[in-house]
Amino acid sequence: MTYILRRLGFYLLSAWVALTINFLLPRLMPGDPATALFARFRGQLAPEAMQALRETFGLTQAPLLTQYLTSLRHVLTGDLGISVAYFPSPVSTVIGTGLVWTVLLAGSAVAISFTIGTLLGLVAAWWRRGWVDTWLPSALVFLGSFPYFWLAMVALFVFGFTLGWFPLGHAYADDVVPAFSTAFVTDVVRHAALPVATMVLATLGGWLLSMRNTTIAVLGSDYVNLARAKGLSPARVALRYAARNALLPSVTGLGMALGFVLGGSLLTEIVFSYPGQGYLLVQAVRNQDYPLMQGIFLVITLAVLAANFLVDLAYLWLDPRIRESAT
Amino acid sequence: MSASGVATSSGIAVWWGAIRRDRKALAGSVILAIFLVIAIAGPWFVGDPTAPVGIPLQPPSADHWLGTTGQGQDVLAQLVVGTRVSLAIGFAVGFAVVLIGALVGVTAGYFGGRIDGFLSLLFNVFLVLPGLPLAIVIAAYLPSGPLTLGLVLTVTGWAWNARVLRSQTLSQRRRDFVAAAIVSGESSPRIIVREILPTMTSLMVAQMIGSTVYAIGAQVGLEFLGLGDVSGVTWGTNLYWAQNDSALLTGAWWTFAPTGLCVALVGFGLTMLNSGFDEITNPRLVLERAWRAHLIRRGRGATRSTPVVMDRG
Repeated sequence: MTYILRRLGFYLLSAWVALTINFLLPRLMPGDPATALFARFRGQLAPEAMQALRETFGLTQAPLLTQYLTSLRHVLTGDLGISVAYFPSPVSTVIGTGLVWTVLLAGSAVAISFTIGTLLGLVAAWWRRGWVDTWLPSALVFLGSFPYFWLAMVALFVFGFTLGWFPLGHAYADDVVPAFSTAFVTDVVRHAALPVATMVLATLGGWLLSMRNTTIAVLGSDYVNLARAKGLSPARVALRYAARNALLPSVTGLGMALGFVLGGSLLTEIVFSYPGQGYLLVQAVRNQDYPLMQGIFLVITLAVLAANFLVDLAYLWLDPRIRESAT
Repeated sequence: MSASGVATSSGIAVWWGAIRRDRKALAGSVILAIFLVIAIAGPWFVGDPTAPVGIPLQPPSADHWLGTTGQGQDVLAQLVVGTRVSLAIGFAVGFAVVLIGALVGVTAGYFGGRIDGFLSLLFNVFLVLPGLPLAIVIAAYLPSGPLTLGLVLTVTGWAWNARVLRSQTLSQRRRDFVAAAIVSGESSPRIIVREILPTMTSLMVAQMIGSTVYAIGAQVGLEFLGLGDVSGVTWGTNLYWAQNDSALLTGAWWTFAPTGLCVALVGFGLTMLNSGFDEITNPRLVLERAWRAHLIRRGRGATRSTPVVMDRG
């Protein structure tokens, strides 16, 4: 129980750091760009939006501490300010429209990549110097050195543009009604296939190598030898004895990889004009929509923190040593 | 020449000898060397990368080996000129990130107690905050350019190195030679710099290589988003313009394919160099190779066994 509470405390602290960075950044910004920004927007924006921007930059009369507490209260009540690019929509509404798509894309990419990569790593370690072990790691590491979004560009060009097997962008076709129907789900899967496939390809190598290396170390340990000597079936030795322990470092890595994959997902979305957070982010960067940018940062950070907490819980289930020391 | 100077030069000779013997490390260094030459000398051999020189979006031809961009610029010239800035940022960030990581990690690991508690908390928080979104938010508030990119990537990239170097320091801290240094009255900074840091050189070199790969990839990503100096010429801005000019939907593969290949080749070269280093310095892998060679010499097939690390002292 103390373990869970300690982790929870850590994530709350991290969330607070993110909030504070979010609050301080616009205020630390050199004075001139802020003025230039206001000059640019004057006359184009409604007074409410100007007021929202002013609050973001701390150009109010209130003392800093009051501003800080106000901003914390706003975030805690889900008020992230008003978007400049999508005026008069509040930032939270704008982000809400794209959140499902990003979670779908990044979530399925991580899940698929982790499962396949870990299994391949186990195979590579079990049949050392077999063809999986010899060729796959180098090939995947090579693929992994391409930027995600560049692989996405190539995939879109080859399979979307040249061959025409997959749609060229968006989350679903215009003529399909968003509803929980077979037609809609198949269409969403067809649209997500290419972006997810590129992200899986780019991240597979890491999971494979991590699992391969720890499995090799575990396979040399006494308890695995004992399991073999007892005459247990190879499948049982590999899965119940070796894999379970070898999995631990990969699970630790999972939490950290989530943030990384989310970042990659943002860029991949742009290539596929996928209507998730990445697409919104580009709009925000282009329009200097600072409230939206900060809102996206906050939402993604909170999502990553929550996912990390879930990973910690999984760790508790996988590793009896922590369970023992925690109780 | 001082004693430490001699030690360094013979150290380099040892490294070089090891690299030459290892196929992976050799391939990696060759790839890297080619790109370094392009980065340093290349810009003198190509024309102005920003000048319009032909009809926009022409496929590769004898005049323009890699075709032209959406604005009629020469793709090859952009690629070559972009190499310089992109690699410079990559290596600078790789160096800075390890330097900060070493400073924080070694301090935390050496002093322990409250200092360790605070610093560990700091880098753990930075590790769990998603890097790219944080980088974007910071970069958006600063004037765009190589300096901003370098700063942002350093801020978001140092934590992992600090964590690894802290745990390494913790294990070194308990060794006898550190105890001996403390007893003989050496000051803490001196022990850190002269006794502990040298034992971690190979680890830090590996980290520097890994961090450079990260920095090049992340930098290209940020510039692709439009957070770089979009009027400059770097690998990332090349891709930014390719995407902006809808190169993909007009079938102009030559505007984005070469840049991505270069990013990947540099990354792959650095990774090869790194895994080569690993095979040179990791006692388990060294021993395994020796064991296999021994078996083959005796006329037996290589087995699947992994020898445990023995004390070779």
